[in-house]
This record gives sequence, structure tokens and C-alpha cells, in this order.
Amino acid sequence: MTPTLTISRLTKRFGEVKALKAVSLTLEAGRRAALLGHNGAGKSTLMKIVLGLIPYDSGDVTVCGMAPGSSAARAQVAYLPENAAFHPALTGEEQLRHYLALRGENPKQAMALLARVGLEKAGHRRIGTYSKGMRQRVGLAQTLIGRPGLLVLDEPTSGLDPVSRRDFYDLLDGLAAEGTAILLSSHVLTEVEARTDRILILSGGELVAEGTLADLRARAALPVSLLVRPTSNRTPSLTAAFPQAVASGDGLLRLSCAQAQKLPLLARIAALGGDVADLDVIPPSLEDIYSHFSRRDGQ
Amino acid sequence: MKRILAIAISEFRIAFRNRWVSIATGMMVLFALVLAAAGAAPTGDVGVDRLSVTVASLTSLAVYLVPLLALLMSFDGVAGEVERGTLPLLLTYPVSRLHILLGKLLAHLVILSLAVTLGYGSAALVAIWSDAEAIRGLGSLLRLIWSSVLLGATFLGAGYALSALARRPSGAAGFAIALWLVAVVLYDLALLALIVSYGGGAFTTQALPVALLANPADAFRVFNLSAAEAVAAAGGIGGAAGAIPLWQSAASLFVWPLAAIALAVTAFRKVTP
Ligand SMILES: Nc1ncnc2c1ncn2[C@@H]1O[C@H](COP(=O)(O)OP(=O)(O)OP(=O)(O)O)[C@@H](O)[C@H]1O
Ligand SMILES: [Mg+2]
Repeated sequence: MTPTLTISRLTKRFGEVKALKAVSLTLEAGRRAALLGHNGAGKSTLMKIVLGLIPYDSGDVTVCGMAPGSSAARAQVAYLPENAAFHPALTGEEQLRHYLALRGENPKQAMALLARVGLEKAGHRRIGTYSKGMRQRVGLAQTLIGRPGLLVLDEPTSGLDPVSRRDFYDLLDGLAAEGTAILLSSHVLTEVEARTDRILILSGGELVAEGTLADLRARAALPVSLLVRPTSNRTPSLTAAFPQAVASGDGLLRLSCAQAQKLPLLARIAALGGDVADLDVIPPSLEDIYSHFSRRDGQ
Repeated sequence: MKRILAIAISEFRIAFRNRWVSIATGMMVLFALVLAAAGAAPTGDVGVDRLSVTVASLTSLAVYLVPLLALLMSFDGVAGEVERGTLPLLLTYPVSRLHILLGKLLAHLVILSLAVTLGYGSAALVAIWSDAEAIRGLGSLLRLIWSSVLLGATFLGAGYALSALARRPSGAAGFAIALWLVAVVLYDLALLALIVSYGGGAFTTQALPVALLANPADAFRVFNLSAAEAVAAAGGIGGAAGAIPLWQSAASLFVWPLAAIALAVTAFRKVTP
């Protein structure tokens, strides 16, 4: 099966700024990929190129087997821009009827689409009176029109409350199950971790890491922390046994070691028996893994 | 075609909400009625019905008002979408830029047709009400309406082109005002000055007709005046219109909208969101 989206060695510069440097990636039908990266890393630029909104300098991009921005490709791709904006004088329903008509679909579906994003009650109000999250939902609703082969969502959950975010990812699961490929960008690691198949980290225009969270965790090989609580008065004997331990505030000792050393270290701690009151193993956090790959130098 | 219609419906709705429909219609009706009232005094012209006289004065009004209305409606066309941030999303839909502009044009033309029909129509009603013979001038009234729509199309296209070139509504508004001043006011003043300084030489017989045809507003005036054989009643630059065959001014009226739309699409294609 040919991938829905293929990008190879894509390069784009804005004058002096190199927004994308030889980025390659593929996305198959039904897969969800999350694009992470600091502000200015090139996420929005990559998406706009996939949509054919801006030209690129070199490399190859194919969307559903076609050139990005060709009318055949546009018929297959739905987009949610970074700051979804609509004409304030139109109601939510009128705006969606408009978009439905532009895709050659029946405008009567407008209310049903609004209901899918929880906006059925506000459908007859002007968009000018909507809150930010409500405008964002109008944006989401229009991406659901037809059966897009590829969804490109630029920070889709910004402005959504936690419950709506969960509903939104549920919606994506449904679409992916029907075969839609999804490329989304986000700054919230915790939510993309559980709800996407693959994580792509852009840094200064370069694709620095790619894979499932487990892959990235293994590749980063960040040290594991162990927090040890000594039984009363036994702190000195513990610090003697583990001179590398760092005392943290409330009488706890923090030890860190490479993944491979984790079990031997645990065994040594367990061997100390009564000196240890409690023990916590803390794996590297998502933020740690993310900052390991992403450098803040792209701005 | 369906997509052009979809764009047009949205655009019409927006113009309606922004009161553009009522402003344009109100302005045309008001000015037309003022003209009709001013022209209501008995003229004593033999063989010229009241409506034809009204049409002649409506022509002079339309030369200023129709381009103004068209530019006011269109200067926001592309720049407004850029400013609101609605353009990137629209351009990811399977509609071409030509279709987007044609949709907007269609909506704005409907509004303009409504405004001129109601405006001229009310002036015509006044004329026919005071002089039943005036019904004979109905043909020239119809001609004035459709030629006004063509004139409007030209300036709508020009407005979209300026809007795409400026990319910001404030800049586009400035360009639009400048274009209106040049095309409708300064151009004629310059021609008048040339006529005065060259007298009745080769300029008036050869260069002037070309200059009149090259400006859509003048071509519109020349077309309506010569078609109504009301050249004598117009005077000024209109007086020079007699030398221009009707088909030439008609051709200018039809070619200009196409040229303006082509220009607008070219400028719009250069806009990267
Ligand atoms: N139209 C433009 N002209 C010049 N430079 C641009 C343009 N668009 C983007 N850039 C530059 O390209 C780089 C990447 O920008 P981009 O918008 O893709 O970042 P991003 O990853 O989406 O950031 P954010 O998380 O803030 O949305 C930035 O350095 C930005 O300044
Ligand atoms: Mg961005």
C-alpha cells in the first residue's frame, strides 16, 4: 500500500531563516502522527507545504499520490489552521454550509457536523459571538466534511478544555479507524503520547527523532531516578553505601543510573534491608525525553 | 459552477449583514431621486421625452457613483480575507482562485444590479408619472442599467486586483480611492485641459476618441450618450462622443470587465497565504 503522505528531503528557507532542512517522513493510511517541536521549529511551515499553500525549495512531496495543492490533492485533504478564523458575520451553520458546498457535499449536513463537535446549540449564532474554543470547534467540524484521506491539524487542541480534548482524540480514533491518515502538531506531550501512533520531533527545521514513545525512550537512554527514603537515623549508613546519592529536601536520597543499571542497583538497595523505608523508581518524564531531542536554537 | 455559487451566496450574505446592500441601494435611489426632482422642471425640448432627459443626467451620475460603489465593495475582497486569516483555509478547499473571485464578483454584481435598477427605476417612475410620453425612453433606461452593471464589473475587478496587490485592507482602500480619483475625475480634467490647449486640431479628432475608449468610465458615458442621441444635451467631453461609432464604445464596455478580472486573477495568484 502506498503511503498517504510522502515527504523526502524537503527543504524550505525564508530568506536567511532555514525553516526546514531535508525533512523526510511517510504517513500511511489510518496512522496518526504527532509533530512536536518548540516555537519556530517549522511545524506550521511543513503543514502549509503539504497543503500546497506555500512553495518549497527542494525535495519531494506527494499527497495521496498527487502533487501538494493540486485540485485532486485538495479534494482529499482537510486542514485546520493554527488560528482558525471565520467571518464573524456568518453563523456557525452558514459557515459550514458554505464549506460543505465547496466540497460538493450536501449543505444540509451542517447541523449534524456541528453536533459532532458539540456546537449544535450555537449553530444559529454568529461566529463573532463565539468563544475561542467554539471557533476552534467550527474549525474541527469543517475538517470532518466528506471522507478526507489526509487530515492536517495545526495545534488542534489549543483552546479546548480537557474534556473536549478527550472527545476530540476519540473523534480522531474513529477517523483513523476508517483509514484517514492524520498529521497533527501539538505542544502537549502527555496528550499526544497516548493518542497517536508516532511522534516526530522537529528542532530548528530538522527532523531529529521519529518513532513511538517507547522507541524514543529507548533511544534517548536517559537515566532513571530512584528515590530512597531511609528509616529514621539510618541516613548516614545509606550515604556511606551510595556516595553518589544526592540528598533532596525532605530526607529523601536521589540516585540516578542508566537503564541497564536499574535492576542491579535495585538489588543492592534491597540488600540493605531495614535501612530502607521506601523506594520509588521514576522513569524519565516525557518532558525530559522531549528536551533531550529538541534544542531551543531554531528561533 | 456550484462552487462559484457557494462563494457568491456567502459573499452576498456577508454584504447583506454588513448593510452593503441597503447602503448601495439607498445611495443610488437617493441620488437618482434628487436628479429626477431637479430635472422635473419643463424643459420645452421638442422631440425628447422626459425619461430620455432623466437617463442623460443619470448617466453623468452613474459615471461617478457606480465605480465608487464597486470599489467600496471590492477593495476588501482579498485583503480582508488575508487580514481575518480566513484565506489559508479557503485555499485548501478544492476551488480555484479564479472561481473564488468569480463568486465574489457574482455576489457584488447582484448587489450592484439591484442598486442601479432600484435607483434608476425610481427616477424613471418619477419621469413617467409626470409625463406619460416618457415611456418611450424605457429602452435607454434598460441600456443604462446593463451598461452600468458592466462598468461596475470593471471596477469590481480592478478593486479585487488592488486588494490582492495591497494585501492589507488599509492599503487597498487607499489604492481604491486613488484609482477612482484618477479614472473618474482627473482623467477627464486632463482631457479637458488638452482639448482647451489644442483647440480643434488633430488631438480632438484622433487622440481624443482613443483616450475616451481607453477609460471604461468615459466609454460608458460615450456609449450611453451616443446611443440615446443625447450628445448635444450633454456637452463637455460628452460632446466629443459623437465622433465615436457606437460599436466601439460598446466593445470597450465589454472588454474592460474581462481585462479587469484577468488582472485580478493574476494578482490574486501571486498572494501566498
Ligand atoms: N512567511 C514567513 N516569512 C518569513 N519567515 C517565516 C515565515 N513563516 C515562517 N517563518 C519562519 O520559519 C520558521 C518556522 O516557522 P513555523 O511557523 O513553521 O514554526 P512552528 O513550528 O509552527 O512554531 P509554533 O509552535 O510557534 O507554531 C520560524 O523561524 C519563522 O520565523
Ligand atoms: Mg505553528
